[in-house]
Amino acid sequence: MSLLSVKDLTIRFRTDEGLITAVENVSFDIAPGEVLGLVGESGSGKSVTAKALMQLNGGNTVYDPASKVVLNLPDTQPLDILSFKRERDMGVIRGGAISMIFQEPMASFAPAITIGKQMVEQLMLHTDMSKDRARKHSIDMLDRVGIKDPDKRIDQYAFELSGGMRQRAMIAMALSTSPKLLIADEPTTALDVTIQAQVIDLMKDLVAEFGMGILFITHDLGVIAQTADRVSVMYLGRIMETGPVRDVIRNPAHPYTKGLINALPKLDDLDAPLTPIPGDIPSPLERPPGCVFHTRNPDHVPGSRYEREVPPMSQVSPDHFAALFPEDVA
Amino acid sequence: MSNLVTVTNLSTHYPLGQRFFGEAPVLKAVDQVSLDIPKGSFVGLVGESGSGKTTLGRAILRAAPISSGTVRYNDGEVDYDVGALDKAQLKDYRTRAQLIFQDPYAALSPRMTVRDIIAEPLEVMKLTKSREETDERVREIAAKCRLNLEHLRRFPHAFSGGQRQRISIARALVTGPKFVVADEAVAALDVSIQADILNLLKSLQNELDLTFLFISHDLSVVAHVCDHVAVMYHGVIMEQNETRALFANPQHAYTRSLLSAIPSLDPDDRHRAVVYDPTA
Repeated sequence: MSLLSVKDLTIRFRTDEGLITAVENVSFDIAPGEVLGLVGESGSGKSVTAKALMQLNGGNTVYDPASKVVLNLPDTQPLDILSFKRERDMGVIRGGAISMIFQEPMASFAPAITIGKQMVEQLMLHTDMSKDRARKHSIDMLDRVGIKDPDKRIDQYAFELSGGMRQRAMIAMALSTSPKLLIADEPTTALDVTIQAQVIDLMKDLVAEFGMGILFITHDLGVIAQTADRVSVMYLGRIMETGPVRDVIRNPAHPYTKGLINALPKLDDLDAPLTPIPGDIPSPLERPPGCVFHTRNPDHVPGSRYEREVPPMSQVSPDHFAALFPEDVA
Repeated sequence: MSNLVTVTNLSTHYPLGQRFFGEAPVLKAVDQVSLDIPKGSFVGLVGESGSGKTTLGRAILRAAPISSGTVRYNDGEVDYDVGALDKAQLKDYRTRAQLIFQDPYAALSPRMTVRDIIAEPLEVMKLTKSREETDERVREIAAKCRLNLEHLRRFPHAFSGGQRQRISIARALVTGPKFVVADEAVAALDVSIQADILNLLKSLQNELDLTFLFISHDLSVVAHVCDHVAVMYHGVIMEQNETRALFANPQHAYTRSLLSAIPSLDPDDRHRAVVYDPTA
């Protein structure tokens, strides 16, 4: 059974300009021990989707009544996360069953409280550990993510650590409560490539060791190719293509996925031209009808039904689906 | 081919506090760097954060201090020792050498129209005689940067990241420079738009006969657009070579480590990155 099941998630925001649709009919499943990559450019709705899993979106968020986010934990009833109305109900989820790591580790730690105090605080909140036990466990976690002298580092402040070290501490803190699901929102984007490579290697080791499911959000297809088992490609709030990472990257079916890959500079072929996707991402206030990508699709045939009808997720190969009408799946 | 810019043993050192006795400690942001930038070339400068690549780019433009060493600029019309320019020469140098910034959201004033943003360098340096002439120059460069001329009256908030970066490029090129330092010019952009801006820079290079120093942390971008690459680490250039040779046969251990750290697009090529050990 899947650990997390997201079904027909539709998220709108109330704004001065009216209701804005940020995410529309997004569905995916994550099994224990599985890494699902969520790729998309800015404005694709990937972070809003992730925050919905812990109800972290702002007060002007409207979840469609048909949306379902269900977390299946061993030995308990399935938890319908969107049905929680009170903040205190979320305590089991936030930092307990689900942990999140963010892009900017400097912004995620409180600047005036030591790393250790923050780590111990959340352990006391989510587990029945004593203070001493929590501190020992925190030092152990810092050691596991490759921080040298963890018993000294634990009493330092976030600004005393380098960028890569801070992100490691963030990961250690997120994993110390043994969450079943880890949401990683662009965890390596602010890091240098060499540090990024170390963090990616570390996350792979930790999945093998702890066996939690990971939702890995990034704009970088290379990072996805290196970390994910399956990938979903998002554009303007919709999933365009989803499938095993090999199938999607080697045989992309959707023109948006193809466009993303063609725009990427590749080291093994320096003569390949870089082909941009024409146009800019439309404003969420002007979502195109039908297939949201048709306005930028270079192969779009004017007058085709992509302008009016939303294409279904059609099967490309086993487990590999693309938002295309069946006749367009090669 | 002759060099447009020749950097010889250039250092930029910043003092770190003061001492009563002995040498005050210094931060060696750039240390004894030599670099040739041939006319008409697209030279890449790669390195991680803190490697000194931005400081080097700025020192060449005299926007960062030059502690020792020389920067020579020779475009055939003028021959400058950049560190020793007088006021009039520096003003002239500013029209010949320009900078494109990384973040198109921070680089454009939200209270100026696109026309005023692009025209500002001309007006500040008093390069045009009339408003008509300024408008003419602005329209000309805006068209070359593929900006819609109807957009010139709008404010930057109405534009996406890619369009904003085109506005930044137009502003940098409006004075008709020969040499442009592009500091992480595509780092803040989405991939689909990054490709568009890179193609634009390349076509402008041919059309306007420009020479670029392209500063980036992204080796795969540099490999695609540059014909010569220098790799920086801790204020020092570790290796420089023609692009193909550098990527096919990296000599320095740091370059190899940097190359191995790039995430491969092939899911079956999940190798571990080689960690660079400066003491080895």
